[in-house]
Amino acid sequence: MLGLMRILIVEDDVEAAAYLVKALSEAGHVADHARDGLSGYGMAEEGGYDCLIVDRMLPKMDGLSMIGGLRQQGLETPVLILSALGQVDDRVKGLRAGGDDYLAKPYAFSELLARVEILSRRKAPQVAESAYVVRDLRLDRLSHKVTRAGEDIPMQPREFRLLEYLMRNAGRVVTRTMLLEQVWDYHFDPGTNVIDVHISRLRSKIDKGQARPLLHTVRGAGYVIRDEG
Amino acid sequence: MTRASGFSGLKGLVGTTAFKLSVVYLLASALFSAGLIAYVGWSARRLIDDQIGQTLTAQINALTDQYRIGGARRLTSVVERRSREPGSFLFLLQEQTGETIAGNISGVTAERFIARKAVITSYKRLDEEGQTSEALVRTTVLPGNQRLLVGRDVEERDRLNTVLNQALRILLGGLLIFGGLGSFFVARRALARIDAMTATSQSIMAGDLAERLPVSGSSDELDRLALSLNAMLDRIGELMQGMKEVSDNIAHDLKTPLTRLRNSAEQALRADKGQSDYRGALERCIAESDSLIRTFNALLLIARTEAGAGADSFVTVDVSRMIEDICEMYEPSAEESGATLICEVEPDLLTSGNRELLGQVVANLIDNAMKYGLPPVAGAMAQIKVTAKKRHSRIQITVSDNGFGIPAEMRGRAVERFGRLDASRNKPGSGLGLSLATAVAHLHKGRLTLDSNDPGLIVILEIQAVGTE
Repeated sequence: MLGLMRILIVEDDVEAAAYLVKALSEAGHVADHARDGLSGYGMAEEGGYDCLIVDRMLPKMDGLSMIGGLRQQGLETPVLILSALGQVDDRVKGLRAGGDDYLAKPYAFSELLARVEILSRRKAPQVAESAYVVRDLRLDRLSHKVTRAGEDIPMQPREFRLLEYLMRNAGRVVTRTMLLEQVWDYHFDPGTNVIDVHISRLRSKIDKGQARPLLHTVRGAGYVIRDEG
Repeated sequence: MTRASGFSGLKGLVGTTAFKLSVVYLLASALFSAGLIAYVGWSARRLIDDQIGQTLTAQINALTDQYRIGGARRLTSVVERRSREPGSFLFLLQEQTGETIAGNISGVTAERFIARKAVITSYKRLDEEGQTSEALVRTTVLPGNQRLLVGRDVEERDRLNTVLNQALRILLGGLLIFGGLGSFFVARRALARIDAMTATSQSIMAGDLAERLPVSGSSDELDRLALSLNAMLDRIGELMQGMKEVSDNIAHDLKTPLTRLRNSAEQALRADKGQSDYRGALERCIAESDSLIRTFNALLLIARTEAGAGADSFVTVDVSRMIEDICEMYEPSAEESGATLICEVEPDLLTSGNRELLGQVVANLIDNAMKYGLPPVAGAMAQIKVTAKKRHSRIQITVSDNGFGIPAEMRGRAVERFGRLDASRNKPGSGLGLSLATAVAHLHKGRLTLDSNDPGLIVILEIQAVGTE
């Protein structure tokens, strides 16, 4: 179970913000709402938030300036930028301004939730772990070896990266687009079931013949590695 | 439909650039000719005056010599004799007191005798009663204090002036008439063609896009203008045609999922249903709206790519690596769908470009091949082949399949926006993949061509290479 998160939504569309606040609270988090860049800046500066969700186009102070200002103040709260633009160069601009992730409108809430939950985890200083372990599945980042119950599982480099990303975020839902971004470094929509097939191959390697599968599909959202004990 | 009459009529004519230029040119040449003639007149007059002056001096000297040889008596007789000769010079010999001794003129004022050089004076010829004429005269005072005047009538000189004046008038008159008529016709010709162009453009503005500006065939500046405007109109026409087709296709391809979306929602509301029915309907609604969003995003991306967005963020892209990555990404799904994906890529192909867009294009092409490139023969293995190689300074990327292919006459349609061939209209896909590929090819100063793979389709994407070693 993931802990409760405090999230600040900076968004001028009241209806969209209300929807987000409600959906996030249903997911077990607490969300506040600021209607413009200036009040968002003030609320974020006071601190205490685990994650900011910032729209790019805001009255009084635009989203990117707000993030830039907060970063200059030394605030390191992770920021997810929302934008109606969503093209590659806009994404680059957003990340350069200090955003940590970027999501184009309209988005699926499951996508947003998955990203926010993974972002807020970054707040804790990340120690580059040399190995990830989920129950009896072990991935060694140094020797590039994967074992399940002590047995070696041969992996292609890409499969290794896929599993590495899933295990680094063990317990958190990872969406298909996140996998495409993190494992292949592309942001377009591959359309067909491209990612699903990779996952099912990976699944057959690590879960085949095992009594307790670890790689689960979350319907309408994505995938998660966890020990559902 | 009313056609504007343009600016015809005298007022319009006078206002044309051609007419104004002609008038300015006319005035300038008139001024120049007048100046030239005045100069010729002035020079001729000076030349004649000089010559008369010289002959007068010679006469004076000769007469003074006569005086020196034979005194006043001899001079008097010589003057009298010469005065009587026809067409002679003018002579006047006077005593100091002003009393005439000999000569053929009178009425010369006394002060004229003081002048030391040739001067103009008026006189009366003795044999022509009362007629005052102008003459150029030279005088001298003889040793015996008699005053001697020799002159020459300047009537001939004045006649030259008259002739020149007349020439000037004729010239100016001719210039005005012919020049004026000339500029009138030039202006009218230009105006007639401009009016024709204006009328045509107005009829085009009124909606008749098939009209073209008239071209006279003389390949002058107006023709060149008309030709380039016509080319522009052709392009606009193509774009309009494209727009029309796109909007027709949008109407079809967006209305279909919108209708399904609406139907799902309506159907769920109509009858009493259980939780799971509502859930299913809502899920269908979300799936439909997701597909709508995908289509919109694709349209937006194509529009932005065509407008050149992303060209400023070009970086060096390792095409070989990119294609291998994409092939690797698609290989499992290709296998799943019963196709073999073969990837033949030369190493170290570099281009300057947008990796995301190029990657998406290659992915789209593979995706298309998987969807539409299935072999027509039952049981035959679908084979998708991706290659990348260097040809001269270009990188050639091909994606081919062994399916039905696209007939040559329909390939142009396939790359258009929403240009799905009717045969595939019921298959999944937005019909935007190939037009995005074309836009991306153009963005990278390259091109996209479709050809027959015999059997099947081969899509060739050519882009500029960098780092030619």
